Amino acid sequence: MRMKTSDEDLAAAAANGDGAAFANLLDRHYDRLFAFCFRLTGQRAEAEDLTQDICAALPAKLGSYQRRAKVTTWLYRVAVNAAHDRRRKRATYTKATSGWGDWEIARKAEQTETTEALDWLTAAMNQLTDDLRDTLALVLDDMTHSQAAEILGVSEGTISWRISEAKKALRAIKEKEAAE
Amino acid sequence: MTDDLDDLKSLMNMATPRADETRRAENIALARKNFDDLQGSREAPRPTPVTGRNALWTGVTTMLSAMTSKAALTTTTAIVACGFLVLTPAGQSLLTPPTPTEPVLTKLTEAPAADDTRASENAELRIAEEVAVQEAIAPLASPVDRDHPPVPEAFAFEGIAAEAPAAMVSETAPPPPAAPATALGSVNRKETSQSVLSPIATSDLYASAPMESVMADEVAPQPPQGPSTLSARGRIAPDPNPIATQPNTETYANAAPNPLKITSEEPVSTFSIDVDTAAYSVVRSSLSRGQLPPANAVRIEELINYFPYDYPAPDAGDAPFRTTVSSFETPWNPDTQLVHIALQGQMPALDDRPPLNLVFLIDTSGSMNSPEKLPLLKQSFRIMLDQLRAQDQVAIVEYAGSAGQVLAPTAASDRETILQALQSLGAGGSTNGQGGLEQAYAVAHTMAEDGEVNRVILATDGDFNVGVNNPEALKDFIADKRDTGTYLSVLGFGRGNLDDATMQALAQNGNGTAAYIDTLSEAQKVLVDQLSGALFPIAGDVKVQVEFNPARVAEYRLIGYETRALNREDFNNDKVDAGELGAGHSVTAIYEITSVGSPAQLSDPLRYAPNTVAATSDELGYVKLRYKAPGEDISRLIETPIIGQSIPGTEASFVAAIAGFGQLLRDDSYLGDWGYEDAIALANANRGDDNFGYRTEAVQLMRLAQSLSK
Repeated sequence: MRMKTSDEDLAAAAANGDGAAFANLLDRHYDRLFAFCFRLTGQRAEAEDLTQDICAALPAKLGSYQRRAKVTTWLYRVAVNAAHDRRRKRATYTKATSGWGDWEIARKAEQTETTEALDWLTAAMNQLTDDLRDTLALVLDDMTHSQAAEILGVSEGTISWRISEAKKALRAIKEKEAAE
Repeated sequence: MTDDLDDLKSLMNMATPRADETRRAENIALARKNFDDLQGSREAPRPTPVTGRNALWTGVTTMLSAMTSKAALTTTTAIVACGFLVLTPAGQSLLTPPTPTEPVLTKLTEAPAADDTRASENAELRIAEEVAVQEAIAPLASPVDRDHPPVPEAFAFEGIAAEAPAAMVSETAPPPPAAPATALGSVNRKETSQSVLSPIATSDLYASAPMESVMADEVAPQPPQGPSTLSARGRIAPDPNPIATQPNTETYANAAPNPLKITSEEPVSTFSIDVDTAAYSVVRSSLSRGQLPPANAVRIEELINYFPYDYPAPDAGDAPFRTTVSSFETPWNPDTQLVHIALQGQMPALDDRPPLNLVFLIDTSGSMNSPEKLPLLKQSFRIMLDQLRAQDQVAIVEYAGSAGQVLAPTAASDRETILQALQSLGAGGSTNGQGGLEQAYAVAHTMAEDGEVNRVILATDGDFNVGVNNPEALKDFIADKRDTGTYLSVLGFGRGNLDDATMQALAQNGNGTAAYIDTLSEAQKVLVDQLSGALFPIAGDVKVQVEFNPARVAEYRLIGYETRALNREDFNNDKVDAGELGAGHSVTAIYEITSVGSPAQLSDPLRYAPNTVAATSDELGYVKLRYKAPGEDISRLIETPIIGQSIPGTEASFVAAIAGFGQLLRDDSYLGDWGYEDAIALANANRGDDNFGYRTEAVQLMRLAQSLSK
């Protein structure tokens, strides 16, 4: 019944100081943002914290929003950058990747039937480098290669290469499993 | 995508948890807070290397350190040349500047006509300057020149290349006065480009020149975002539906429509009366904005009870209200009947009414800052003030981030003071509903005296967004205070974040009424025409219990009152709270019943049901009412039988039309083919006297709803 204002209009209004538009925009995208943060981090608590970081910094980042870009693209870029900042802040890089393990242990108790499949996911995500993981997180979130390239600030070719690398890694894991 | 990725994707989707609701709310609140904090500083330009304090010097240093020694030599020579211009008497005479306070625009448009000599002098001077600047920049710019042959002035530095030619035009040849608009444009551009240029070679030249101050003035007020800000604003401004950009956080108190009940299984129906009218105003406000109201916003009993009815008044010395029960054929189903239960409260002699102590508790949070909220509220209270008498007292408490008493208890005759306090209210900050309530009750407590009526009137858009916003905790608090004798009424204003559920909860627990004020005429109705009813209770905890006779009535259905349902045993329990009846109030309830053997019966009779029913009685059912006189703890009972069918009067027919209208808006599963057209016809035929025009307005709303639902 009510016409839905486009994300881009909302973002432009928000950049102009319209608090209601900003709240509306955030409300629209929060769940997706959180899911994406989870993909980037692999830990629920970590994802919550990352989302909080992004929410806290988002108002200041609004100035960087260019109208010609899609809001989701811009938001994901902010998220990826925030995730990088967070990783940099961490004492060791290993802790970030071992997150998948922590999370999996907690999860195992609840969902025994999916454990096997999730083991595979854990292993898969653990084996990937940050770059591959970010790229995969985006592509698995239905972003096209060109969108992912825009968000990560690399060329489309790089994204395609990273995806093929990721696939290679995944295949290796599968083969290893099959061999065992 | 390959299978690998698809697998991974489905796994990922499975693994991704849902966002935690609490964290979600917290994070969004944090973001909003940061957003609001940021707004204050946003207008001021941010210091950048160009606009910052030491920009000139930094620019020069940067340039010098980047230059080759040959270029540096040329530049310093140019600076020395400029020094000659400034420091020697000959140079000084050339540098007779325009008056410092004179705006640049005026100078350019008037100068050629008004002061020829000065203009030519200026032109000369500028050419001289320009040469100096060119000299200074030439070595640097020469490699760039090959890329930009049409810009021989060598202003092809990054960022100013496009603007430079225009600036040059306006400098060397002042634009003709015939084109002031162009002049303005080029002046602005010129100032920008000069301020960029100035660190390079003209810094010393302009060190003491008044031009610099003009430039600074021109540059300073520029918004930091430049054209993008403007274009964004341009796109947003003409949005015809500003509501769409606001988050709609309205919540409504309602339950699923009352289901059909089978008399033999559940012969007794119990509910509390409801004299609120908020739902009707919300429906009206939605319809007038061209939208059908959300189904949950429609509480049919509030629609019905919005209208004053001409029911027989109680005789003196009787109970404070009179009950009228009748039944008649249902407009939308000839095989069923409507049972119409009407309560009419007595109108006490207003001349000797007890003094009133009113505490206005006014929400002044930022969200109240729109015309249909705080300003309408002020107007509403203004017209209400005329209804008060000299012995009445008024106090005002506002609540935003922190609660504060705006007006100490003041006699209502002191209009000036009260109006002044009312006018001083301004919206800002966030809402702390409970802090305000606590203070309002504290103020009410200091005003209370024996024999006086104490009431807190809460006016809000329903936004209780700081502190205790748990409706349960607020309810408990208000219920406690209700027992001390201070009642609470709630007035809702504005749409967008109307928290109808909380408003209902507060008013029900505070023994008060909830009304929604969307127009000044609604304020007139609630606060002037029906003020006595809203403020002077004549009966408390009024409960209705109807027992249907299973020998006559197969099925029944209570229309509306979903939020007021009581348990059967609550009827005789005086501890259970129920609705209040104010002076002059009338309350109507409608049941749709199906007689035994009627073709409209929806459920099949049981084959093995024990047939122990007293089939001899002609009564369809029996209505029992309980109420407490004000200040008493023991309830009294009134009983009336429901007897056979009659021809409905004007009032009953209008009630039926509104009940039908409410069901059309909410859930028309029982109405069959009966539609808006029938409701309009029925309401139109039964408008009665309609002194205030409420019923005429209702017919208009039905027409609107009819068009909108197509």
